[in-house]
Amino acid sequence: MSDVPLLLFRGVSKIYPLPAGDVVALDCVTLTVMVGEFIAVMGPSGSGKSTLLNMMGCLDVPTAGEIYLSGREISRMSDDDLTRLRRDRIGLVFQQFNLIPLLSAIENVEFPILLTTARAESRRRAVEVLSAVGIEASHFSHKPGELSGGQQQRVAIARALVNDPDILLCDEPTGNLDTKTGTAIMDLLAAENRRGKTVIMVTHDPDVAAYARRTIRIVDGRIT
Amino acid sequence: MIFFSFAVRNLRRHWIRSTLSIIGIIIGVIAIASLGMMGNSINLLVASVITDIGDTVVITPHTAFGGTFAGDPRAAVDAAIPAREVEMIRRATNPHRTIPVLQGADEVEFGRGKSGYARIIGLAPEDIPILLNIADGQYPRQNQPRVLVGTHLAREYGMIPGSRLTIGNENTRVSGVLAERGLAFDINPDYAIVVSDAWYRNHFGDKDTYPMVIVRVSDLDEIDAVKEAIETRINRREVVVDVADSREILRQYREIYRQITVFLVGIGGISLIIAAVNILNVTYISVTERIHEIGIMRGIGALRHDILRMFLYEAMILGLIGSIIGGIVSAVSGYLVSVVALELATTGMTFGEGFMIFDMNAIGYIAFGMAFGIGTSITAGLYPAWRASHLAPVDAMRQK
Ligand SMILES: Nc1ncnc2c1ncn2[C@@H]1O[C@H](COP(=O)(O)OP(=O)(O)OP(=O)(O)O)[C@@H](O)[C@H]1O
Ligand SMILES: [Mg+2]
Repeated sequence: MSDVPLLLFRGVSKIYPLPAGDVVALDCVTLTVMVGEFIAVMGPSGSGKSTLLNMMGCLDVPTAGEIYLSGREISRMSDDDLTRLRRDRIGLVFQQFNLIPLLSAIENVEFPILLTTARAESRRRAVEVLSAVGIEASHFSHKPGELSGGQQQRVAIARALVNDPDILLCDEPTGNLDTKTGTAIMDLLAAENRRGKTVIMVTHDPDVAAYARRTIRIVDGRIT
Repeated sequence: MIFFSFAVRNLRRHWIRSTLSIIGIIIGVIAIASLGMMGNSINLLVASVITDIGDTVVITPHTAFGGTFAGDPRAAVDAAIPAREVEMIRRATNPHRTIPVLQGADEVEFGRGKSGYARIIGLAPEDIPILLNIADGQYPRQNQPRVLVGTHLAREYGMIPGSRLTIGNENTRVSGVLAERGLAFDINPDYAIVVSDAWYRNHFGDKDTYPMVIVRVSDLDEIDAVKEAIETRINRREVVVDVADSREILRQYREIYRQITVFLVGIGGISLIIAAVNILNVTYISVTERIHEIGIMRGIGALRHDILRMFLYEAMILGLIGSIIGGIVSAVSGYLVSVVALELATTGMTFGEGFMIFDMNAIGYIAFGMAFGIGTSITAGLYPAWRASHLAPVDAMRQK
């Protein structure tokens, strides 16, 4: 493993200016993530977990502080470079799933591949990951609105996995799943981690957090 | 290509809205193309009916209105050129032929109870063969009080050489029927009766003035010299006559019709702008309601220009469909409109051989209308598309 951290946060703050007063979502966070780690992020609701994950996923920019990804400061990178990073190296599972309503389950999963490659291979790969997260073929053509919360969550995980990213960022990946499906998903994430992916997940569930080898606790935007 | 299929799907999803904006573009394209074609038809019409007699200079009494066209009713008001000035013109333009023209009108009985009011043109007998050709019969012989009849008048009242007719209360006979002359800018004998100047003076009373003098120039290149000569000799101290030649009149006509065309195309352009605003509106709504979706796409790796492309495709598809349909419809309707308009404008006139309403210019206007339609669609789509692509992914995703 290289000595350069995969992710380095140095004094990162995120402040939302609101009419009622500033909301400090992240307060001077400093942390390091090495390649291949499996991390659980825990903390009470509203503590800043999703904000942190969005920063790691290069979706959001900090109000103050620096974020380095593989040694490169992301605020110095162009929008196109960051977008390509998200497309090729980062797999994101959003808390609200964020599937594209216009597209069927399989098309949602295909989408990140289709941004770069042709349709034929994308279909094969999409079927592969959808099966891996336990979606039945009969549901492939359903629109997100026609799927249950748990199914949507698994489609979102499949979409995050489809481009075989280095970093997997999951916001409560088992939040809507029963214990059995939740365990299957965690086994899948653990397997991906063993294959070398860095996995960072937000969870409230200590049993789920137990899969991780390190836990970051966050309260009121501060790491404790 | 995925973004193209997205664009198509989205237009289908909101097909009513899409159809409405396509209709908007169709109307715009039709407006611009058919109005352009109409202007063009008028232009072609003018070019074909004005007999291009470039070798004629027309001199009319100067009017404050500056009317140079002999057919201008304002020029027909009493103003006339006295014989003394005609002589000056004759001397100034020698050796070119100077033809003084007398014009009036009188009640004419054509026999069998048919009568009407006709224009009477008086010319010196030796000048008649120079200006006018005979279709049937012959020119009146010297001192023979017979008359020539214009072709349309002859046809309408069944006049042939030898027919009797009464002008005012003077009986006379038709010596010949004139050949068709078309819409000329000097004299228009097709609906008139041509008599000798002696007959005219005798009939209308001896007024030694002329409403118009025509100078026939032997060589086209000398037109300017002739005009110059008249200007310096006759108009030296004050402007007493207006001098015009057919080239200039043709040019004036063309200019007027060019302006009409520009005006018509302008109206078409306004309708296209309205169509463009509609597309802008559609694209804008489409962007606004899909901000969340755009955020997701950007979040999982769609580049700014991918998003830009998607919205431009939408505008382009609308523009393309609208323009193609608009182009086809205007090719058909513009043609029909032109035909109808021409029919209305030209009842009673005939055209030269091979007269075409629908020429390359008309097709040019359709192409222009279509290009304009596609162009405005894309332009209208540009801003909303640009805005959509520049939203920060997290902010966009948070909007529902
Ligand atoms: N766009 C925003 N505008 C204003 N405040 C925001 C915005 N996004 C987040 N916040 C605030 O930042 C804080 C952290 O939010 P965040 O979503 O990171 O919490 P979380 O730890 O993920 O909570 P949960 O467990 O409920 O998902 C909260 O107080 C929230 O109200
Ligand atoms: Mg959260």
